[in-house]
Amino acid sequence: MNWQTLIFGNLSWSVLPENAIAWFGALTVIAGVLAVVGVVTYLGRWQWLWDEWFTSLDPKKIGVMYIVVALVMLVRGGSDALLMRAQQATSVGDSYGILTSTHFQEIFSAHGSIMIFFLAMGFMFGLINLIVPLQIGSRDVAFPFLNSLSFWLFFAGAALINCSLIFGDFSTAGWLAYPPLSELRYSPTSGVDYWIWSLQIGGLGSLLSGVNFFATIVKMRTKGMNWMRLPMFSWTVLGSMTLVIFAFPILTVTLALLYLDRTAGMHFFTAELGGNMMMYVNLIWAWGHPEVYILILPAFGVFSEVVPVFSGKKLAGYTSMVFSVWAIVVLSFIVWLHHFFTMGAGADVNAFFGIMTAVIAVPTGVKIFNWLFTMYRGRIRFESPMLWFMGFVVLFTLGGVAGVVMAEPPADYQLHNSLFLVAHFHTMIVSGVLFGYFAGLTFWFPKIFGFKMNEKWGIRAFWFWLIGFILAFGPLYLLGFEGATRRLDHYSSSLGWQPLFIVAGIGAISIAIGFSCQVAQLVATFRDYKRNRVGNDPWDGRTLEWSVASPAPSYNFAALPIVHSRDEFWEEKHGASTQEQKFEDFSMPKNTGAAVIVSSFVFLLGFGAVWHIWWLVIAALLGATIAVLVHVFNEDSEYAVSGAQLAHREAGLQYPTSL
Amino acid sequence: MTDEFDRSGILSVDEKSKDSTIVFGFWMYLMTDLVLFASLFVVFVVLRGPEYGGASIKNTFDLQYVFIETIALLVSSFTCGLALLFAREGNVRGTVSWLLATFVLGAAFVAMEVSEFSRLLAQGLAPARDGFLSGYFTLVGTHGAHVTVGLLWLLAMVVAIAGRGLSRGNMRKLALFAMFWHFLDVIWIFIFTIVYLMGVL
Amino acid sequence: MRRSTIVLLSIFVLALAAATFLYVRSATIAVLDPAGPVALAEKNIIITATFLCALVVVPVFFLLFFFAWKYRADSPQAQQSHKPDWDHDSILAEVIWWLVPAVIIAILGVIAWNSSHALDPYRPLESDVATIPIDVVALDWKWLFIYPQQGIASVNLVEFPAGTPVHFYLTADAPMNTFWIPQLAGQVMVMPGMTTQLNLAASKTGDFNGFSGNISGKGFSGMAFTARAVDQQTFNTWIASIKASSTPLTQEAYIMLAAPSEYNPVAYYDLAEPNLFGAIESTYMNPGSAMPQVSQGMTVTP
Repeated sequence: MNWQTLIFGNLSWSVLPENAIAWFGALTVIAGVLAVVGVVTYLGRWQWLWDEWFTSLDPKKIGVMYIVVALVMLVRGGSDALLMRAQQATSVGDSYGILTSTHFQEIFSAHGSIMIFFLAMGFMFGLINLIVPLQIGSRDVAFPFLNSLSFWLFFAGAALINCSLIFGDFSTAGWLAYPPLSELRYSPTSGVDYWIWSLQIGGLGSLLSGVNFFATIVKMRTKGMNWMRLPMFSWTVLGSMTLVIFAFPILTVTLALLYLDRTAGMHFFTAELGGNMMMYVNLIWAWGHPEVYILILPAFGVFSEVVPVFSGKKLAGYTSMVFSVWAIVVLSFIVWLHHFFTMGAGADVNAFFGIMTAVIAVPTGVKIFNWLFTMYRGRIRFESPMLWFMGFVVLFTLGGVAGVVMAEPPADYQLHNSLFLVAHFHTMIVSGVLFGYFAGLTFWFPKIFGFKMNEKWGIRAFWFWLIGFILAFGPLYLLGFEGATRRLDHYSSSLGWQPLFIVAGIGAISIAIGFSCQVAQLVATFRDYKRNRVGNDPWDGRTLEWSVASPAPSYNFAALPIVHSRDEFWEEKHGASTQEQKFEDFSMPKNTGAAVIVSSFVFLLGFGAVWHIWWLVIAALLGATIAVLVHVFNEDSEYAVSGAQLAHREAGLQYPTSL
Repeated sequence: MTDEFDRSGILSVDEKSKDSTIVFGFWMYLMTDLVLFASLFVVFVVLRGPEYGGASIKNTFDLQYVFIETIALLVSSFTCGLALLFAREGNVRGTVSWLLATFVLGAAFVAMEVSEFSRLLAQGLAPARDGFLSGYFTLVGTHGAHVTVGLLWLLAMVVAIAGRGLSRGNMRKLALFAMFWHFLDVIWIFIFTIVYLMGVL
Repeated sequence: MRRSTIVLLSIFVLALAAATFLYVRSATIAVLDPAGPVALAEKNIIITATFLCALVVVPVFFLLFFFAWKYRADSPQAQQSHKPDWDHDSILAEVIWWLVPAVIIAILGVIAWNSSHALDPYRPLESDVATIPIDVVALDWKWLFIYPQQGIASVNLVEFPAGTPVHFYLTADAPMNTFWIPQLAGQVMVMPGMTTQLNLAASKTGDFNGFSGNISGKGFSGMAFTARAVDQQTFNTWIASIKASSTPLTQEAYIMLAAPSEYNPVAYYDLAEPNLFGAIESTYMNPGSAMPQVSQGMTVTP
């Protein structure tokens, strides 16, 4: 081993981008980072950022940071999607499109990984952070520092995956990196290692969050909030976090074993010497299928809050809704094999998993009926959260039909890994998960900032997203029937697929316009924040979060509420319940930068592991360990809040409304 | 926002409920660790078949040696429990001595495991040889890594208790450490049974 | 929601439906245009399942838009009919929500059970005609078809008589692929070190497109092949001409062929190594044996 390998591992000048489009990606990242650094420096806001945001343990602020990072990742993943659409619309017959096949494969691998791990998961944990403590009448989460650490690990993972734009390449093995393609023999560059480590680090953050919010909901509910009074969003989060606790360790193991295969020459999933690639496929889907429900359950929760509020009615069939959440949680662990019916496992096995998969449609269908009957005899206000709901029901139901069809193993033989499948899961994740989160963001935004989001741009965004989605994915359903498999960078002109790919490209552009509308919406929202300012309860809400000031104070509740009914705040407004304000002393966690420091070390560890810079791995591990120990054994981590003082403030307090 | 409140004194508000939340959260963490080990067990069992080279190692296991390892870990679990008992009585000295005893036994366990590994490596039975050995080294090694982390934690506990005494924070961490240590014991029982006993018999 | 929005939306939906209808009428939709009994049965399951689901979906759509219109906040009716506390906590209603989808899913479950067994890809087709076994090897990045009975091999084209059941045995000397001829039968995975099976038959002659559905590396998009169903006479002639005039597929020739290459043209071989298929599969099974495949990185582009 020469000194260069010792110091730089596998890094060398040759890892820099190879072609114009890759350089463009790299320079965009560099320019973006420089622009943010420049603006913050110019405004002199570093101290403010550090004190008020980076070191904050306030879940509402952590939630905002999650959503900011998630939306930036949506830009990255969305750009990937546009490139893919451009390639598939043009690369036919004698034309080979704008991307090389390897580059195209890197792009779709990155698109899937980023959208699931760093858009959807980030957005989900953002919303959970914003609302769950408020909704259950708690001042904080169970483990505030852990919460900050989760966010910063998520950020480190996101940073690492984007490093691959500049140094080296990314995995070309798809978002789940099936071996043996992802093994060293077929993927000798560091691309798969980037995939492994960014997911491993981001996944660790998710796992910690899962433990944290599970404990928060179980242990931190306010007095009187028994299980059958828990708001629906919190119920779905509890279900989702249960899945995180049971599913994410499997991902951790799977990724670690793949890395051992690649780095230490082991034989877990190799084709030769006793490895078993189907074991990888089983393991990754034992995580991967619950993952889908981890994402969708909180979206169901959002709609279970949005529909009653905008219909001015109680949620219909609350008990049924709770039961269906847990039915989904349990069932989601016994369906993973439907992702590979084509493995040839035998008729009995396939039939069992097919039936279980179809059975999940029952609790899901029940949820849809209950939302509909929440609208029945309501007074429905079609503001943008409700529009997202309408779009969701239409698309999600159709996507669900596609899912039920594919649950029939022989039908799946024809549709597996075709563009039909791609269209199906995008329907579930875009119109299910993403539409739900958009609705949730619009809905809860005023609680966090004290002003509403701009409605005009919000509605425009909705229509461009909806129509764009139909145009982008409708053709893919048809293409799947025509035999088009996923991940093709080129196809023969005799197949006649090009017109549909062009329509899909137009749809993608419409979605991009929809997203631009959302950017405009954010700009307009913050520009006119004074005009958009609203009171504590802008939507005529029902649950506890609407009972406190907007923006919610750092301690959420000056006096912890006592809950007497399911829609406590609604009952209070209608005189059916009253709160006795009882101010007590309590303690709050102090801000700490420990999570930032630990996560920086973990980022370096990941980077070192990707490039085999072993001294960096050891140093970073040491640094992270010391930083954790220093934080854990620091007993001066809380400050006291006097109830008497708060009571005094509550009487005449105007909360600061600026950021 | 500026410092809105007086941050000087630390109030002990509802410390009991905080304790119970922390213990609950730690149980949840142990649950995730359990899933992690369960996955590794599954992997090990899948790769154990003779067609994967599983026969290569069976004859080299020394049950007696592993039994001594097991005893060391089991006794360390017992001494860890004693340390906790002394801590509850407020006896710093007793706590620290039993913790150190736990450390010695735990370190002996890790040392024996390392020497077992190096013996196998010297015989050419390396993890990169075949799927079975990959599974064996990874499962047993992950447990060993957990024990090593536990030893580090233990040392930090000793330093903290010697320095600050049995403060509320230290008591809490000690209780969690004991849970962790017993958990590793339970995992080891499974490894002993599934990897060694079932491997040899 | 304004009236103009609803009108525009209706126009969009109608236009979309019309365009889809016209497209489906004019284009060949492989999965919906089966040319063999297996693909036909699979198509029927897709259609049946879709119609069963429609029994739930149509009422959902109707109720969604009906309620949305009837109970919109600015409709005069909504003021009168508004019942803020109505949450229908009635057992009967709940039983209906759960029961209706459950019954449909139960029917689908029965179909899943029966069809999984009837259409098990490993299950040989029943026929008076003797089945032809064909071995398939997925390579980087082309398909090798070996005819053990006829003693020939071909690349990227598989020919067999129409009306004769074909039993494919599949393995890979490359990363994982799937083997798919949409007009004849659904996919099955193709993996190194393992053999999977697929039974199908063509009920008419013709050329059918074949694909791989699983990403297998750089040249994956070129993993397409043609499945050609011909009459028995043509098939016999085809075999004879290959045997007469093709290069022999020896161990060495196979190693050359297995080297990564993209967009390969169709090629024919006279099978010189009868145990080739078994040898390819078993090289991955025995720890310590040498790989037949030549070194990576050597790409032959024709």
